[in-house]
Amino acid sequence: MVEVEWMADYEAVIGVEVHAELATRSKMFCSCAVVDSTIAEPNIAVCPVCAGMPGVLPVVNRAAVELGVRLALALECEILPQSFFARKNYFYPDLPKGYQISQYEQPLARNGRLVILTSKGEKTVRIRRVHLEEDTGKLTHILKDGVSYSLIDLNRAGVPLLEIVTEPDLNSAEEVRAYAMTLRNILRYCGINSGDMQKGVIRIEPNVSVRKRGSEQLGTRTEIKNLNSFRALERSVAYEIERQVRLLREGREVVQETRGWDESQGKTVSQRSKEEAHDYRYFPEPDLPPLTLDPAWLEEIRRSLPELPMARRRRFQTQYGLNAYDAEVLTNERVVADYFEAAVAQAPHLSPKTIANWICGELFGLMNQVGGEFDPGRVPVESLVELLSVLDKGTINQLTAKAILAEMFTSGKRAPELIREKGLEQVSDQSQIAGWVSQVLGENPEQVQTYLKGKEALEQWFFGQVMRLAGGKANPKVVQQILREQLNKLKEQA
Amino acid sequence: MSELTKLNLQGVIQGLRRGEFSCRELIQAYFERIQSLDFTINAYLYTDEEGALRKAEMVDRTLAEWRRSPQGELPPLLGVPLAVKDVLCVKGMPCTCGSKILEGFVPPYNATSVQKLLEAGAIVLGKTNTDEFAMGSSTENSAYGVTRNPWNLNRVPGGSSGGSAAAVAARLAPVALGTDTGGSVRQPASFCGVSGIKPTYGRVSRYGLVAYGSSLDVVGVLGRNMEDLALVFELMAGVDPRDATTVDLPVPHIHLDRSTDLSAIRVGVPKEYFIPGMQPQVEAAIRQAILHLQELGATVLEVSLPHTEYALPVYYLIAPAEASANLARYDGIRYGPRLGGEAMWEIFFRTRGEKFGPEVKRRIMLGTYALSAGYYDAYYGKAQKVRTLIKQDFERAFQIVDVIAAPIAPTTAFAIGEHTDDPLAMYLEDVFTLPANLAGVPGVAFPVGFDQQGLPIGMQLMGNYFQEELLFRIAHAYQLTTDWHLRTPQ
Repeated sequence: MVEVEWMADYEAVIGVEVHAELATRSKMFCSCAVVDSTIAEPNIAVCPVCAGMPGVLPVVNRAAVELGVRLALALECEILPQSFFARKNYFYPDLPKGYQISQYEQPLARNGRLVILTSKGEKTVRIRRVHLEEDTGKLTHILKDGVSYSLIDLNRAGVPLLEIVTEPDLNSAEEVRAYAMTLRNILRYCGINSGDMQKGVIRIEPNVSVRKRGSEQLGTRTEIKNLNSFRALERSVAYEIERQVRLLREGREVVQETRGWDESQGKTVSQRSKEEAHDYRYFPEPDLPPLTLDPAWLEEIRRSLPELPMARRRRFQTQYGLNAYDAEVLTNERVVADYFEAAVAQAPHLSPKTIANWICGELFGLMNQVGGEFDPGRVPVESLVELLSVLDKGTINQLTAKAILAEMFTSGKRAPELIREKGLEQVSDQSQIAGWVSQVLGENPEQVQTYLKGKEALEQWFFGQVMRLAGGKANPKVVQQILREQLNKLKEQA
Repeated sequence: MSELTKLNLQGVIQGLRRGEFSCRELIQAYFERIQSLDFTINAYLYTDEEGALRKAEMVDRTLAEWRRSPQGELPPLLGVPLAVKDVLCVKGMPCTCGSKILEGFVPPYNATSVQKLLEAGAIVLGKTNTDEFAMGSSTENSAYGVTRNPWNLNRVPGGSSGGSAAAVAARLAPVALGTDTGGSVRQPASFCGVSGIKPTYGRVSRYGLVAYGSSLDVVGVLGRNMEDLALVFELMAGVDPRDATTVDLPVPHIHLDRSTDLSAIRVGVPKEYFIPGMQPQVEAAIRQAILHLQELGATVLEVSLPHTEYALPVYYLIAPAEASANLARYDGIRYGPRLGGEAMWEIFFRTRGEKFGPEVKRRIMLGTYALSAGYYDAYYGKAQKVRTLIKQDFERAFQIVDVIAAPIAPTTAFAIGEHTDDPLAMYLEDVFTLPANLAGVPGVAFPVGFDQQGLPIGMQLMGNYFQEELLFRIAHAYQLTTDWHLRTPQ
């Protein structure tokens, strides 16, 4: 977004609604499997219940409730001992029953908070409510032989969803992005879903309004839909803020409406105005008794919660002496943080900082080359520790270690095996290294002369030549020491 | 009439086991009778003679085997013919709910209640007529023609389980399943001179019962006497993992003995149920029946259910509100007929506009209105509050009495067409049956007399939650000492 001067007179007020699919085995109200609806054959996970056949009834999936409670606890919400399901009524062909079972008046949880980190520091975002509901099916519109058809896939119909709604506490596109990413990390930490926005398991809908700075009154808001990446989220919010401010500056009004993000044009476009909004006619779902949560079960779930990213980041800084950046990078993903801590635990002789560097640097680089997701199976913790230990002992040098790690990553072999196989063990033997040094100095008389005339920087060049001659296996410290001794000897002779 | 179709369930079960007749003969006797009578009565919307006979032959083989070496228990309802109201799903049989919008729909599943009876050995003869989606008190709202009352073919059989009641009264089935949302088992039982049970809400699974008013709908039974009802009831009752509103309480094995001593029983008579405008013979028959219970030893007390007069408006807000959502799924997209159209909305509008009948549309509109933004609190919200008061009326009464005896309908069966132009008059037919549904308490209906035109009069006993057994026992004592329930239409 272009930072325009007059923007400073306005303030954006943004609330965010997130729909997160729950990675349960079965659907919210029936025993159909939850499948990846972006790849599964259409309508293979459908039964009379999720197809809305006559006479069928919903039964609550306890696993979905458990995941909902996990997230609510992670967001420090007040969990309602009794919550209610409600019917949200509207007609659409992807909604088999003609209503969605959701929660309305008494949601699963409310009044939570999430701390986010932006370039301006930490900020607490209040969570208004967290509730359970079911997903709809998916429509695909096709044109065949000049006739248009709408195809319905009910694989996703009835998949459990959590809706997470914030208070309007966010004030910039950057904050919205930070909130969304932090929430995504927590969803992944708690095992609630994969966090894959492309697959639609997290759907983010910001409600954006702007007002004159200092004003107490909230402006008219618009809701943005169709956001399938964090980039789109941030860009669309920035666009929308600027659009609204422009309207107000021109003395025009913001219309309350739903706007869709058009990625190719880089702007939001009007989809549905308030006048066209549904009257959902919510009422308590008579087919489901109130959802009553046993305090002992809640306590059990609370105890099973993992340490959350923010807490872990702080602990990494104090316990392992990591800087804020490393701590954040290591804790964003639970699998990475677990990997790091396992390595630290297995290698008390190594500094945590060294381990962090290897993970955040080399290992991330390798993982990125093959597509991103951190897969600890590629280099098991024991293997990394083994490698870093031989490096620490000086059996190999840094450069060799990096090459070996890359080899371990692709072949799955372990460090000692590779070192043996390729004869990469570091040479520290004084006489062997002295031989290499003499050879290099003997073969490069011109450079030796230049050095003796005062160009001492050439020492580095000689060092490189020796290392090359040694095939990278020479112990650099020993090389440096012997090289200096021999050069000093030459100086004395000259 | 074949002697076989005169038998009650005990007679059917014993006769089959003793080999007095075969199951095939029994089923054939019923289908012969259906063939000769039902084009007049129109109790059945669908019959499955072939399937029933095939099952009967299997039953006969099982029975022959068992008679050779009687070991182990036979399924309790082995070979018992059963009629099922067409709002309950029977796998492989059409389920229309009396509506054009479900024409051709064949559910691939059994209602739990049906499933349990099939497992107990029952044989489904067919599906019985009903007001469209069980919305009505006369079966006149069926899209497939009215059912005629076997006692007088110009009269309605009551509704919405009119097909089931007429089938039992005309001996077209020994026992039939019905559903009761606002009186739909008890009122047709009364109009047709048969017995009926509306269990406690939550006692019998609603899975596979096509929903009308989900918080009110209950699967019930219509039959010839309390023993038959009790047998079927106890087999289909109980918690169901597919219905979260069923209650996990043990279902007692109901043993009805020959005892007619009611001296430990306190019977309440609610003063609000005797209103001006009631047909005098109905009131007289009810008072006589209550007197009879007193003669059997019961203590009779007047009780008050002060919010009774609100049951009608409360019901006609809550049931249509739930129905408006329950019936939203009939959009022509996944099953049932679809009327064409280019646009999605056109399909919705045309299919629903043309395939739903007028009473269904009326209730969908009522319910939609009652739930609309700005009206919810005044209508649906208020109705729920008054419903609680009605429930409390019963709770208070049951601190004083064991059961409540009351009329079922203000009149005997009315003439076909008599109320069709006046929905409100039709709604008033349900005024005595609605409170039990709103409160969720059980009720039994049984014949207690006839009016001057020879039309049956029924009475209901309402009981405290899950006390069906007590209701059966009291009504059974009544039936042991009276013969109203034994009379049959000509």
